[in-house]
Amino acid sequence: MIKMLRSVAAGAVLSLGAATSLFSAECIAPANPGGGWDFTCRMITKIMYDIGAVDSPIQVTNMAGGGGGLAYGHVVNERNTDDDLIVAASSATATRLAQNAYSGMTYDQVRFLGAIGADPGVIVVAADSPYKNLNDLLDAVIADPAKHAFAGGSAAGGFDHLKVLMALGKKGFTDISKVKYIGVDGDADAITQTVGGFTAAMTGDISGVVGFIKSGDVRVLASFTDERIPGFEDIPTAKEQGIDVVAVNWRGLYTPKGASDASYKKWTDALRKVGDSAEWAEAMAANGLAPFNKVGANFADYVVSVMAEVQALSKELGVMK
Amino acid sequence: MEIVDNLILGFSVALTITTLSLAIAGCVLGTIIGALPGLGPSNGVAILIPLAFSLELDATQALVLMTSVYYGAMYGGRISSILLNIPGDEPAMMTTLDGYPMAKKGRAGDALVLSGVASFVGAFLATIGLMLLAPILARVAFYFGPAEYFALYLLAFCTLGGIGAENQAKSAIAVCLGLGISMIGVDNSTGMTRFTGGNLHLYDGVDFLVAIVGLFAVTEIFVFIESRGRDSAIGVNLGKITIPFKDIFATRWTMLRGTIVGFFAGVLPGAGASLGSFLAYMSEKSLSKNQDSFGTGDVRGVAAPEAGNNAAAGGALVPMLTLGVPGSGTTAVLLALLMTLNITPGPLLFNERPEVVWGLIATLLIANFVLLILNVPLVKLFTKILQVPASILLPGVAMISFVGIYSLSGSHFDLLLMTGFGVLGFILRKLKIPAVPVILGILLGGHMEVSLRRAMVLSNGDWTYLFDSYISIGLWIAAFIGFVAPIFLRSYLKKPEFPG
Repeated sequence: MIKMLRSVAAGAVLSLGAATSLFSAECIAPANPGGGWDFTCRMITKIMYDIGAVDSPIQVTNMAGGGGGLAYGHVVNERNTDDDLIVAASSATATRLAQNAYSGMTYDQVRFLGAIGADPGVIVVAADSPYKNLNDLLDAVIADPAKHAFAGGSAAGGFDHLKVLMALGKKGFTDISKVKYIGVDGDADAITQTVGGFTAAMTGDISGVVGFIKSGDVRVLASFTDERIPGFEDIPTAKEQGIDVVAVNWRGLYTPKGASDASYKKWTDALRKVGDSAEWAEAMAANGLAPFNKVGANFADYVVSVMAEVQALSKELGVMK
Repeated sequence: MEIVDNLILGFSVALTITTLSLAIAGCVLGTIIGALPGLGPSNGVAILIPLAFSLELDATQALVLMTSVYYGAMYGGRISSILLNIPGDEPAMMTTLDGYPMAKKGRAGDALVLSGVASFVGAFLATIGLMLLAPILARVAFYFGPAEYFALYLLAFCTLGGIGAENQAKSAIAVCLGLGISMIGVDNSTGMTRFTGGNLHLYDGVDFLVAIVGLFAVTEIFVFIESRGRDSAIGVNLGKITIPFKDIFATRWTMLRGTIVGFFAGVLPGAGASLGSFLAYMSEKSLSKNQDSFGTGDVRGVAAPEAGNNAAAGGALVPMLTLGVPGSGTTAVLLALLMTLNITPGPLLFNERPEVVWGLIATLLIANFVLLILNVPLVKLFTKILQVPASILLPGVAMISFVGIYSLSGSHFDLLLMTGFGVLGFILRKLKIPAVPVILGILLGGHMEVSLRRAMVLSNGDWTYLFDSYISIGLWIAAFIGFVAPIFLRSYLKKPEFPG
C-alpha cells in the first residue's frame, strides 16, 4: 500500500512538473473557483486552445480577494509588463473601479482587452406574484418603497442594486435611499428568497435564473438589453416597456498596461476568434449569455462611459463620497 | 418503480471501468487531501479541476471524479484531527474534541475505525436521502428567509455553552472573539468596509481556513517549541488495532441521529458541513445523561460529528443540483465545474440530465464502499504517522500548512495572518480558552449577522418579524431550550465535575 501511495505521489509530482512546462500563458481569475470570473478564464482559455488561437494551454490561476482588487493590484504593481497574462473582468470590475473600491487604483492602470459575451440583467418575480410587467412592479415600489424589497447577488451598491435604481430613475423616482435591497450569496440564492416570498423581486443576471424559468417557478418581467435575448424571445426588454435602461454583465478580459502592443494584438485576435467560434456560441447558449462583442479600443471607451453612470448613482446612494 | 429504473440507468453509467477507476482515484486523492491541514475539500476539488479538463473527461466522469474527491476529503479530514489534534479541514474540527483525547488514551486505532464507520453511515444514508428526497427537499430552501436563518444560527450559538471547556465564560469569550473576527471585510448591507484598515487583503474578510490552520497547526508548533517537545500533542500512545465492534454497536443510534441532523444542515444553503457536524455533536451531548464524559474521549463525541459532517456533504448536494445554490464552499466549486461543462443545475436537472444525476448518485453509493474499505484497513498505515518522531513530523506539518494556505490565494499576506492566528492560539491555550468556539464564531457569525441585517431591512426594523413564521418560532424555542436546559439539567442530574 505504501508503495502504491508512493507511486501516486510520484505521479502527482511528475504531472505537476509537466503541467508547469506545458503552460505558456496565464489567466488570472480574481476570485475563488465558482464565480463568473472563474468561468470566464476557464471557458475562454479552453476554447482558445481548442480552436488553435493559442499554441499551448493557458493556465488558470485563482487570486481571490478585495472583490478583484487584489488581482488588480498584483497586475498593476508586479506584472505590469507581462506579455503572457490575461485577467478576467466583468461589469463588477468596472463598478468597483468607478466606486474607487480598489484602494485608489484607476481603470487606466490596465488595458481592457474586450468582452465577447454578456449576461443580460433581468428583473424576476415569483410565478404567483401580482406583478405582470416591469411598470406594475416599479409603480408599486414608488407608491410604497417600504413594502417592496429586492434581492440580488451583489452587495449593496453593487451592479445588481444599481440596475434597479437606474430603472426607477427612468420613472422619475429619485429618493433612491428608500429602495430596499438585500444582497445575498449569488443569483440562485436571490431567487430562492423571491420564490419563497421574502422579497418582492429579484435583480440579477439571466444565467442565474435559466433553470427556474424553465421550471415555471418564476416570471421574468424585463431584460435590460437592446434586443430580446436570443433563446428567450418571450421576455420583453425594459426598453419596450418604456424604461430605457441597458445593463448587461459583460464577460471580458484585461491585460497589463505595460504589455507590448504586439501581445495586445495577439490577445485581441485570439479573443475575437473565440468570440466567433461555434464552441463559444454553444457555451454562451448553455449559460444564458447573450452576444456582446466589443474587442479592442471601442471596448475601453464603453467601459469609461459605464463607469461615469455608476459613479453618479453611487454618490447619490451614498456608497461613495 | 421510477427510482429503480433511474438507479439502473445510474449504475449502467457508474459501472464502467473508466468511471469506477475515476471514483477510486478520487477517493484516494480525496482522503489524502482531506487529511492534510490547510488542504480542505473545496481547494482540493478546485486544484483538481484542470486535471478533469486535461484528461478530457465528459460531464458525468468529471463530476464523478470531483465528488469522489469531495467525499474522500470528508472522510480524510478526521485522520489528522484524531492523531494530531489538527483538523484536516473545517468540518473535521469537532472530531478533535473527543477523537484526540481517545487517541491520547491509546485508542487512536479505535477512534479512526469508529469515525470511519460513522463517516460511512452518514455519507451512505445521506446519498440515499439525496436519491429519494432531493426534489422535495429542494423546496425547503423556499421556506427559509432571513429570519429563519437567523434563528437557525442563533440555535447553534445557544448550544455552544458547554463546548469542550470547563469554564463557560471562557467559551463565551472565545465565541465573541470569533464573532468580532467575522465582522472584518465588506459589509454586504451597506457596501462599506469594516476593520480592514484599508488593507485590500482583508476586503473579503478572514478566510476560516487561514484561521483554523493558524489556531490549530501553527499553535501546536509553538507549544512544541516552547515546551521543547514535552507538552506537544504528538506522541499519543498507540494501542493494539482491532475493530471496536462494541463501540460501533453502542453508537448506532448516535450515528443515525448525527446523520439526520447533519443531512438537514447540509440541505440548507449556508454553513453546510461545519454546521452539520457541530449541531450533531451538540445535540448528542445534550441528549446524553453523562455529559461530562464528552471532551474526554467519549466514543459518541467521535461518532456524532463524523456522521454529521459526512451526511451534510451529501445534503449539500441537494440545493446544488436542484436549485443551483451551493450549500457549502465545496459545492460552490462543483457548481462552477458543472457550468463549465455546460450543465445548468436547477429544478429541471433531474429530468433533463438523468444520466448525470443518477450516474452521480450511483457512483456516490459505490464510492462510499470504496472509502470504507480504504479507510478501515488503512488505519494501521495512518497510525504509523505517530511513530514518526515529533521533531520530524511537526516541521512537516508546518510546511504542508504553509503550502496549503498559500495555494488558497497565492498571497503571502495569508501566511502572515495564519502565523498571527498561531500566536493568538498560543495565548488562548495558555489562558485555557478553547479555540473551537473562535472558529465557529468566524464560520457562523458572518451568516448570523447578515441574516439579522437582511431581516431588519425587509421588516423596516420591526423585530417581531423574527418570530413571524412557525419555523422561526420553533427554532427560537429550540435555541432557548438549548441555552437554558444545560444550566438546570447540570445541577439536577449530577454535580458538575471539572476534569483538569
